[in-house]
Amino acid sequence: MDWEMVIGLEIHAQLKTASKIFSASSTAYGAAPNTQANLVDLGYPGVLPVLNTEAVGMAVRFGLATHSTVAPRSVFARKNYFYPDLPKGYQISQYELPVVHDGYIDIDLDDGVTKRIGITRAHLEEDAGKSLHEDFHGMSGIDLNRAGTPLLEIVSEPDLRTAGEAVAYMKAIHQLVRYLDICDGNMQEGSFRCDANISVRPAGRHEFGTRAEIKNLNSFRYIERAILHEAERQIDILESGGSIVQETRLYDPDKDETRPMRTKEEANDYRYFPDPDLLPVVISEAEIEAVRRELPELPDEKRGRFVSAFGLSEYDARVLTSSRALADFYEAVAATVSDKKLAANWVMGDLSGALNKDGLDIETSRISAGALAGLLGRIEDGTISGKIAKQVFEAMWAGEGGADDVIEARGLKQITDTGAIEAIIEEVMAANPGQLEQYRSGKDKLFGYFVGQVMKATRGQANPALVNELLKKMLAG
Amino acid sequence: MKLTRQEVQNIAHLARLELPEADMPAFVENLSDIITFVDQLENASTGDTQPMAHPLNMNQPLRPDVVTESDHREDYQRNAPAVERGLYLVPRVIE
Repeated sequence: MDWEMVIGLEIHAQLKTASKIFSASSTAYGAAPNTQANLVDLGYPGVLPVLNTEAVGMAVRFGLATHSTVAPRSVFARKNYFYPDLPKGYQISQYELPVVHDGYIDIDLDDGVTKRIGITRAHLEEDAGKSLHEDFHGMSGIDLNRAGTPLLEIVSEPDLRTAGEAVAYMKAIHQLVRYLDICDGNMQEGSFRCDANISVRPAGRHEFGTRAEIKNLNSFRYIERAILHEAERQIDILESGGSIVQETRLYDPDKDETRPMRTKEEANDYRYFPDPDLLPVVISEAEIEAVRRELPELPDEKRGRFVSAFGLSEYDARVLTSSRALADFYEAVAATVSDKKLAANWVMGDLSGALNKDGLDIETSRISAGALAGLLGRIEDGTISGKIAKQVFEAMWAGEGGADDVIEARGLKQITDTGAIEAIIEEVMAANPGQLEQYRSGKDKLFGYFVGQVMKATRGQANPALVNELLKKMLAG
Repeated sequence: MKLTRQEVQNIAHLARLELPEADMPAFVENLSDIITFVDQLENASTGDTQPMAHPLNMNQPLRPDVVTESDHREDYQRNAPAVERGLYLVPRVIE
């Protein structure tokens, strides 16, 4: 039988605020345990949460960027469950009235097709702390630094049909939250993670099957493997006449399998109710408009502009806009270089290659946008050829200075002196009488050989266009 | 509305309360009475009433995103039964 997967994702994006969502503790990652957990975060009696304005503004930014409705009035609710890294015994979240709802994002699939994925809602909530289970003589250690860190939980419609679509959607959201500068997107540190709801149904059937929820997927590769694995598990059960149990499962990347989570089984009754410690959050039309005016150019818009303003191909524009930092870098280079395609090739080629090789990203590039533009300028004004430029680039990468310093220090300046090139051509002709005779008797292919010899004699520094022109004339005799 | 014994047991479990067997009939009775009492609200006409999220008719004030808290871990951990290397120790929980 043919089966179809139905997938919906819940993405947790940690918001890039300085302080927590309901307290004035720092959210900085990596501090000593419990040094960033104050009385509110620890859930002491008598304390009151006060909402962080920046967290609300970031949620609004996301809502506008996903064509969603920003709720004029939203409400915080308590989600009740017991776990030691949740000191209050409830998580402050949003339930019936989330701050953002009913939007969408368009994702690009491998076959060039665009698919629209619905966003059911995005709500604000606080993160829990962290439990450590090793080395505490049978006890668990609790670090509450993360407790109270603002999260935006982004819930998709069950519109995704393959593991590949799920990954494309997750990447699109990842790219968007970084463009919006509301989340650092660091998946290793858990700033961007996701739960997947997965069910299968016979192809062509309309109703959904029973779903399982896979928790805490924190890499694009894991999410793909976890979905494939889970769908296979469900299909095996259904094909052998069994039925799926609705449950929460955990993906184990080492064994590449999912297994049921023990503790969450009976905790599905969260008994949500409006949090009496917090009043309804009211966002005015004027406040929404103010955020809209400050919205940065989004990936799709930027890509379109790179195609129309710089004449780049759709592919190049997509690569260069994959992150805002890369797009900004490219634009800074292209600002002073007239051949925009040349600038694109260098950023996507030599520069990206060098970054990869050294495990750096664009923000930590050893060559600044201005320095790269300086190098490309020297290609454009004929000081060096494209081939020599690669040599200069490597020297710049190694810290030998700017393009002009390297060209000067290494004597790489292109030879554009007609007389000098003519003299070298004469030497080459004299040294290769046999080839010269063959060429003159019609073996045109040997032209390339002479070009090679001249370039070799000038260590690649002769202006290639000039060499071609002069060679043609002189070889003809 | 009459609650079943099973429902009361479930509510107690979610709240991590241990109810002695002998007291169960009284809890079932009392909780059912409370719910029946509140049930009268079902008869109130609420057609024109906006649902409230809070008894105060006010909006949530917001605070600027500024870190003003400093580290008081030592003070707070004096209240904890067990700490080690800055962590609060609790009976082992494992997923």
